[in-house]
Amino acid sequence: MPEEVLRAEAVTKRFGGLVAVSNVDFTIPRQAIVSLIGPNGAGKTTFFNIIAGIYDPTAGRIEFRGETKIARARRAWIEPVLWLTPAAILGAITSLFASAGVPEAVLILGVFATVLALLIVLVTGVARPPWYQRMLVRIGVFRSARPNDMVVSGLGRTFQNIRLFPNMTAMENVLVGMHSRLKASWLDALLSTRTDRAEEVTARVRGQELLALVGLKGTDDQLAKNLPYGDQRRLEIARALASDPVLLLLDEPTAGMNPNETQQLTALIGRLRHDLGLTILLIEHDMRVVMGISDRVTVLDHGEKIAEGTPDEVRRDPKVIEAYLGAPPV
Amino acid sequence: MTVVATPTARPNALVKGLRIIGLALAAVAAYLVVLWIALYFVSGIPLESGLPVALQQTVNALSIGAIYALIALGYTMVYGIIELINFAHGDIFMLGAFLSVVFLGGIMGQPSSVTNVPLLLLLLIGALAFTMPIVALINVGIERTVYRPLRNAPKLAPLITAIGVSFILQNVALTVAGSGDRAAPQVFPLAWQIPFGGASISVLSIFIFTLAVTLMLLLQTFINRTRLGRAMRATAQDREAAALMGVDANQTIALTFLLGGMLAAAAGVVWGLRFGFVRFDLGFNSGLKAFTAAVLGGIGNITGAALGGFIIGFIENFASSLGYSRWSEFLVFMILTFVLIFKPTGIMGQQSGDRA
Amino acid sequence: MTAAAQRMARGSSPSPRERIRDFAENHRSVTIIVSMVIVAALMIILPKFPPLNAIQREQSWFDAFANAGVFILLAMGLNVVVGLAGLLDLGYAAFFAIGAYTYAYSNSPYSGTDLPFLPMLVVGAAVAAVFGIALGAPTLRLRGDYLAIMTLGFGEIVPIVFLNLEPWTEGTNGIGGIFRPEPLPLIGPFSALTPFAYFILMLGIVTIAMILLYRLQDSRVGRAWNAIREDELAAAANGINTVITKLLAFALGATTAGLAGVFSASKLTIVSPDQFYFTVSFTVLAMVILGGMGNIWGVAAGALIVYLIQSVVLKQLNSIFEIINLPVISEINFTDYQFLLYGVALVLMMLFRPEGLFPSQRRRRELHVAEDLGGEPGSADEFGASAYEDVP
Repeated sequence: MPEEVLRAEAVTKRFGGLVAVSNVDFTIPRQAIVSLIGPNGAGKTTFFNIIAGIYDPTAGRIEFRGETKIARARRAWIEPVLWLTPAAILGAITSLFASAGVPEAVLILGVFATVLALLIVLVTGVARPPWYQRMLVRIGVFRSARPNDMVVSGLGRTFQNIRLFPNMTAMENVLVGMHSRLKASWLDALLSTRTDRAEEVTARVRGQELLALVGLKGTDDQLAKNLPYGDQRRLEIARALASDPVLLLLDEPTAGMNPNETQQLTALIGRLRHDLGLTILLIEHDMRVVMGISDRVTVLDHGEKIAEGTPDEVRRDPKVIEAYLGAPPV
Repeated sequence: MTVVATPTARPNALVKGLRIIGLALAAVAAYLVVLWIALYFVSGIPLESGLPVALQQTVNALSIGAIYALIALGYTMVYGIIELINFAHGDIFMLGAFLSVVFLGGIMGQPSSVTNVPLLLLLLIGALAFTMPIVALINVGIERTVYRPLRNAPKLAPLITAIGVSFILQNVALTVAGSGDRAAPQVFPLAWQIPFGGASISVLSIFIFTLAVTLMLLLQTFINRTRLGRAMRATAQDREAAALMGVDANQTIALTFLLGGMLAAAAGVVWGLRFGFVRFDLGFNSGLKAFTAAVLGGIGNITGAALGGFIIGFIENFASSLGYSRWSEFLVFMILTFVLIFKPTGIMGQQSGDRA
Repeated sequence: MTAAAQRMARGSSPSPRERIRDFAENHRSVTIIVSMVIVAALMIILPKFPPLNAIQREQSWFDAFANAGVFILLAMGLNVVVGLAGLLDLGYAAFFAIGAYTYAYSNSPYSGTDLPFLPMLVVGAAVAAVFGIALGAPTLRLRGDYLAIMTLGFGEIVPIVFLNLEPWTEGTNGIGGIFRPEPLPLIGPFSALTPFAYFILMLGIVTIAMILLYRLQDSRVGRAWNAIREDELAAAANGINTVITKLLAFALGATTAGLAGVFSASKLTIVSPDQFYFTVSFTVLAMVILGGMGNIWGVAAGALIVYLIQSVVLKQLNSIFEIINLPVISEINFTDYQFLLYGVALVLMMLFRPEGLFPSQRRRRELHVAEDLGGEPGSADEFGASAYEDVP
């Protein structure tokens, strides 16, 4: 197992003329709790979103669990060629038949097969199932991972502004979180096979365990939107845990909480690392949480990394103080 | 804080205007040549007689493009300001066409072409003055009663409602006017043609084009230079911020519907003059094409809508000149598909509100 | 925990209603079959008695029910796309057309072949499914309104293609003389005079479809559709491959429409482009919305009600007013006004009861909260608004 769960090298993200993240190097050691701090607009959430697969970086790359997952697309031009080849071959064969004079039925079949081939390849190209991605890698094409790919690889995340499914119950939210780990396909569901039914039962049992873990025991059937704010934050964490992640990204998990709730959540985060062996990356504004629980703190300002180290080191760093409070008067 | 690119200097308005006119002329000339060649290869029309035919068709294309542009503007303005595809807008255009027939045929009692120029002018101005306010008010009324209550509902709701309104309008027309074509008085004499080689150029087409361009320029001026126009642009970009600055969102949105309705009405008047018929489902067919034009040009972008309208008009004209008019709808939908897949922001880029 | 269990946990005994609901949830297929048997019995018995037998003959009622069944299937299929996955498909009739023409190509004098009916049901559905994927694929990355327009476009293109490719599709006249299904075990001969056979067949198809659709709704896929509908970005962030999931919705919706198309072609014995224009897509959409988006039996009931209004009630109003002879009202041909009625009903529904007549609990919660809070539930696109969702 690699010592670093995540490694980001020279990651840069530009939106038109705006540079949101600039040349950031970043690593996360296994089972560490790392905090990312910085003034508002420093690029923290953008960086998060890059790791989560929502944005492609303008430059740089990100290695997750030893594999390069996120980077600028490389040799992407090969993909359209790949998509058109089967259809082109079939089309060529069909035209040959046409000029050779062959019964109409065969021609129609040929056209149909060509169009079908084109369709299948295009859809596969857009959907990007895992075997397709592996094939791309073997050919030498690189495509940045999408959010759902990152989840399959072992990443879980929560959002700054809670994004639960408001009209689904707590249990249903957690079950959605388990989506990538459940094996039953739509066909299994349709035929109500034993696999499907057994899996649904075990899924619900696991769901209850997760809810209990974050302190939401008994809320199974409550609608997510009816839960109190603090519970909603916990539910989002339970949902993220449902996908069995190795790395958990928490975006301002204690925002809007009172000191008591904050303390409970901080304890929970500690338990997640200690009991479940998770690695955790935190964006936080609450310095008590940052200083209290982090093994390491990284500071961003204007998209650049300006400091990194233990909480104490960072707290004393003059650059950090300046970023937050402004330059001292001359 | 983040790093922002430095703004580039804005070009002189006159230079920009000339550049646009130059580009437009070049585009039209290019179309002329391409059509001329296509007529030769596809329809077998020899090159000498082909040029006048191509010219005639080009002028036709300009007029049909102008009509689509006028309708497209309504779609794009409404989308820019409340992010709603107003399905019923095409039917508003149909309403304008019907009202024009009512005015010219019924009220003024002029069933056919009028060669007396002062009378003709009076009729044209009268038709516009009659239909534009009525259609505009109906449009505003629909917004007020049906769309406004749903402004904060999930996007599905106003969309479905717009479809419902479209059906209501169509069926009202169907009830009142029946299901077939109804004759529209073509008071503008079709006989006024400028002969050129073996073909002739319709003065009506030139009139339509001029009228449309005038209206579009007026709209542009209004949006860019008046207080209300500025309010429209602001509301389109950020409704809350505009409201905080004191802009009344309801009023501004109503104004958008008003202007869109007026332009659609003008398109309706002109349609009757040009094609001589109106139908209850006129809105559905032309509306979809005009919407495609708006998307093609960049939904929310006013210049884009105008541009898109002309492009669609030219494409349709190209198809029908070569005898493939049955496929023109198919062609337009294919264009819509490709634009939405490959460049959904359209040619000029999606914007809310126009930027000078 | 089920509602009854919750009641018991709180220390009071569950009401009969809750008991029934729990039973229904846990033994869904049985419930559906039992309900459909009851419905079938009602449909067979009631037309024998007044007032139903005065309105039209018993056979006409069976005919109407069988035709209604086509729309019930269509509504349930569209419900998967619009109600469950939240994708506004305005061109649904295209898949209906494809199923119908597929059957016409294989079972008519035009093609000269006569293939067995039941396998053709599967084939028609499969062909429609392929087109569902083909036409759904370009829409995947589009936002709600753009998706609607594009599907509308496709819904228009398909009948136009059938209309214009005359050498292969017989154009406006369509393909006629389609062969009816051969007699099946237990279900008598299929003919124009004995719609009872079609009625029974349709009952069977609808029952099976309902069972399958409910299974899907309560499964992993159904949850994924709900998640996508509520918040697509969050859904992707939880491991859902939104592309495949949305395509699945399109494909399954198209399959159902294809099924309906084959049945319809075999019953009407003629297919022509004018059976598949936008008015049909609109009607099915109206049925889904009126019935209750997202609620399977709700949309089925909605479809039945709307179809019966269209085919029976409006005609009856005509007959009644012919007899009664009132000045203006008797001149009105009510059937002409049906689309006006649908339009008005749709608008009123959206304004006052968007969750439909028989709402699913979930929908009622979703749609009314939005108005209270003045915002869209969970769909705030903080990554910027454009035609594309920001989910890559």
